Amino acid sequence: MRRATLRSLLAHKLRLALSAVAIVLGVAFVAGTMIFTDTLDRTFTDLFESTASDVAVTPEGGAEGIDGPAGTLSVPGTLVGQVRAVDGVAAAEGYVQAQGVYLLTPAGEVLDTGGAPGIGISWTSAPGLDTGELTAGRAPERAGEVALDSGSAEEAGYAVGDRVTLLTPGPRVEATVVGVFTFGEDGGLAGASLTAFDVATAQQLTGVGDGFSGIQVAAAEDVSHDELADRVVAAVGDGYTVQTAQQQADEQSAALEEGLSFITVLLTAFAVIALFVGSFIILNTFSMLVAQRTRELALLRALGAGRGQVTRSVLLEAVVLGVVGATVGLAGGFGIATGLRALFGTFGLTLDGDLVLSADTVVWSYAVGVLVTVLAAWVPARRAARTPPVAAMRDDHVAVERSLRRRTAFGVALVAVAAGALAGSVAAGDSGHAPALVGVGGLALVLGAVALSPVLARPVVRVLGAPLPRLAGTAGRLARDNAQRNPRRTAATASALMVGLTLVTGFGVLGASANASVDALVDDTVRADYVVSTAVGQPFTPEVADRLRQLPEVDAVLQQRFTQVRVDGQSTFAAAVDATTLDRGLALEYVAGGSDGLAGRGLLVDETTAAERGWEVGDTVAAESAGGQPTELTVGGVYAANQAVGSMVLSLDTDAALGGPALDRYVYVVLADGTDAAAARAALETVVDAYPVVGLKDRDEFAGEQKAQVDQVLLLINALLVLSVLIAVLGIVNTLAMSVLERTREIGLLRAVGMDRRQLRRTVRLEAVLISVYGAVLGLGLGLVLGVGLTRALADQGITELVVPGGQLAGFLVLGALIGVVAAVWPARRAARLQVLDAIATA
Amino acid sequence: MTPVQQTSPAVPATAAGTPAARGRALTKVYGRGDTRVTALDAVDVDFRHGEFTAIMGPSGSGKSTLMHCMAGLDSLTSGSAWIGDTELSALDDRGLTRLRRDRIGFVFQAFNLLPTLTALENITLPMDIAGRTPDAAWLDSVVDAVGLRSRLGHRPAELSGGQQQRVACARALAGRPQVVFADEPTGNLDSRSGASVLSFLRTSVREMGQTVVMVTHDPAAASYADRVLFLADGRIVDEMAAPTAERVLDRMKAFDAAGRIVEVG
Repeated sequence: MRRATLRSLLAHKLRLALSAVAIVLGVAFVAGTMIFTDTLDRTFTDLFESTASDVAVTPEGGAEGIDGPAGTLSVPGTLVGQVRAVDGVAAAEGYVQAQGVYLLTPAGEVLDTGGAPGIGISWTSAPGLDTGELTAGRAPERAGEVALDSGSAEEAGYAVGDRVTLLTPGPRVEATVVGVFTFGEDGGLAGASLTAFDVATAQQLTGVGDGFSGIQVAAAEDVSHDELADRVVAAVGDGYTVQTAQQQADEQSAALEEGLSFITVLLTAFAVIALFVGSFIILNTFSMLVAQRTRELALLRALGAGRGQVTRSVLLEAVVLGVVGATVGLAGGFGIATGLRALFGTFGLTLDGDLVLSADTVVWSYAVGVLVTVLAAWVPARRAARTPPVAAMRDDHVAVERSLRRRTAFGVALVAVAAGALAGSVAAGDSGHAPALVGVGGLALVLGAVALSPVLARPVVRVLGAPLPRLAGTAGRLARDNAQRNPRRTAATASALMVGLTLVTGFGVLGASANASVDALVDDTVRADYVVSTAVGQPFTPEVADRLRQLPEVDAVLQQRFTQVRVDGQSTFAAAVDATTLDRGLALEYVAGGSDGLAGRGLLVDETTAAERGWEVGDTVAAESAGGQPTELTVGGVYAANQAVGSMVLSLDTDAALGGPALDRYVYVVLADGTDAAAARAALETVVDAYPVVGLKDRDEFAGEQKAQVDQVLLLINALLVLSVLIAVLGIVNTLAMSVLERTREIGLLRAVGMDRRQLRRTVRLEAVLISVYGAVLGLGLGLVLGVGLTRALADQGITELVVPGGQLAGFLVLGALIGVVAAVWPARRAARLQVLDAIATA
Repeated sequence: MTPVQQTSPAVPATAAGTPAARGRALTKVYGRGDTRVTALDAVDVDFRHGEFTAIMGPSGSGKSTLMHCMAGLDSLTSGSAWIGDTELSALDDRGLTRLRRDRIGFVFQAFNLLPTLTALENITLPMDIAGRTPDAAWLDSVVDAVGLRSRLGHRPAELSGGQQQRVACARALAGRPQVVFADEPTGNLDSRSGASVLSFLRTSVREMGQTVVMVTHDPAAASYADRVLFLADGRIVDEMAAPTAERVLDRMKAFDAAGRIVEVG
């Protein structure tokens, strides 16, 4: 039996290769995702384990590490002494760390970090707490001295003794390089540049006063990190986060994985689609092979092979195919992981070292590949075993169409769940459950659609194909009829495109809505003529605003900062703005009170927050922040929710009193009346050009910059569309090849009674187009429902507009038709090449 | 069988004396070397207008090959075949396809109809493929002649085997071809259904002036023809006019008795 199995495998190489492709793709996505996640994990775990202190104390809510917003939170300097006094602490030092410190090259340009942050740190040298390892020179000890990380020093061409210029959130700094150091084992920090100052200079530059970003603690030999952390918690009290090195590393990689989770989810989604379609392709292929071999199998049965032997022989073929597919897929996974690593490299996240291939990845790849293949081959294998020995003498075998009733019931139930969840998400409104409900609804909807697709196939294809007989005559009519003949097959074939387009359409609607919302926000809210900000919303020096204010072309300047304060016991982000120019730069819609409510220690809140907290104009609330004095704030106005400022607005004075760092995030510029636009821009640019990290944008450019982020995500999603198209093509090719094979005699008859090759090819092509357009139509419909649901659910996240990108959706429909055309090329040619006589004579 | 009204001549006028189809030195060889088989061995044959010819012979005698080559379904190793004035070897695939579509009717032993099309759609299939509108009056008379008016909207699966073959016959005639080739049209039918198909073919010759060439191994079926050609080992070995089932059967027995090597004038 085994020899018969292997012979059979070799005899159908091409068809098996075709069906293996989908398995290869599915396994590649699974393996690629796992390899990439493991690599990410290892890189960051290594980095943090080698650099993190035994225990770290950071302000609560601010433990966002190197990627967190700079200078918003700090711990008071006095806390260091408290921590040092804890039993078991070998050493404790406060450290400062802030983004927005960039090294200028000798040519005067900002050193390119590939989008990674430029970070300024204080140099700590204490046993067990060294910031890094000096490879040259010494640590910075006073103002005017810096140490550079070795990567940046090398890239910019600096050595110990050179004079360098640094851009900081505060003023420009001239300094002498006194040392070069490495950070962590790989000598770098995922692409970021590091500049080390002495503690006092770092505190001054980053605006934390005499406070610190956090405190590093080295443990004594006789105490475990966990135990020490517990003791430190007891000593410092509430309001601080205390973490061991392990916890810091875990949190960092968890945060990173969460940030990248949408990529993992998308890749997994495509793995599932690929495997789903792949399993169907394999089912088709094995059905074909079994059907072709009915006589052969029956002969084996007649010669005494048991049912089990026949089943096993077919399943053995599947196992071999699954192993080969998984092996190639695993290799493909390396390719995908390499691609992802390169992609992240361009975003500034450099992952050094080799890709990590864990045993888990290998086991999962083979398990998935082999299991899916064997499960898909199970049905045809059973069918093969049921071949009666007498079939060896007969030439007719009839396929019985199973009832779709159970599927219909199951699908309708799922769609009902989906409808309930989606309706619930609309009803849920602001409660925060809406996105989760849309998620559940979306999943149920897609699964329901997959279940119902065979039921829908006949009526929908009939309608879609209605114009074909008129447009393409007999070829059109036959194509329409053929596409309806086996609705299960049509539905399964169309499913890859359906699921792919559901995702892409859903995100397309969401993205278009998000972009329209940005436009609406800028149109409705931004009154200023220009906005000055960094590309990624990092803080920058208020010098920019000061110098802009002095220009004669400028009528008003509005500075905006973000700060974290604890208001009425609840920690929250608030915007801090110039009380006097708020109305000039930004238009808020006031429900009660107004911008004059900011005067003194005033507070503006948005409607939702006011309702949640039960605040009204005139109420007084307690506010405190880690770095400053507790203050009483008076609610002076309530405004309609607005993304530009968030849920609360303070005045700059109040923010300063609360200890917020004096760093701007946005500066809005209003030009004086009658100023020449070109001249004004030139004047503004001369000021802004002196600060390479900030940019000057007019309203359109500002909106465009905000939209670019959305577009980048959409681009990634559309890249995955390409994959679903590829899988769809594979599925359609396979199905058509099978249909052509099954209809050999029909094709022979058509050719005998006068259908020429061109017409025959057209028949096959139109059938493919119908199937793929069917998938596209379902996908577009589902995607619309999901996109609209998602957009409505995210309304309180600032996606206020609902836009359906009609042109794009029409494009997808055309794409669907094109996929059919492309997929039909090979099966159509095969059909047309059939020799009439052979085809007629085929049993 | 319903009498057929002769509404118009079934066959386009051709020069008097030119056969509807003819073959000269038809030779077909399969394989090479040791496996070389000569299926047709320099056969000369004429099929006259308005004549019902049956081709008979034992298995492997070349009767199906002869029909396939005459009908443009198979290519010749050497020799020439004509449908009317058209020489088949001069045609490419598209030309042959057009010829089959417009000038030849086919009835096969089985699987004559597309399962997705109704009986009427199957009947008009060649014309639909060509993009031509069928002659309604002619179509009517053909449909009446096969007696299937009430079943035109049915799909093949809803028709009996005999009905399916009659639909196939109607399709073969609907385009008024120069020649109808029928390959064992009654091979899968019981004798009653077979008889009705054969009577219809004969009626089409007698009353509509159709030319029919039928391959069969059944002496009873051959007795419906005007003329029977006997093939053995790729050659025409005998011809019988006005055949009856008994005479044909006797002649066939002679083949068997002589081990297929009987030579007759």
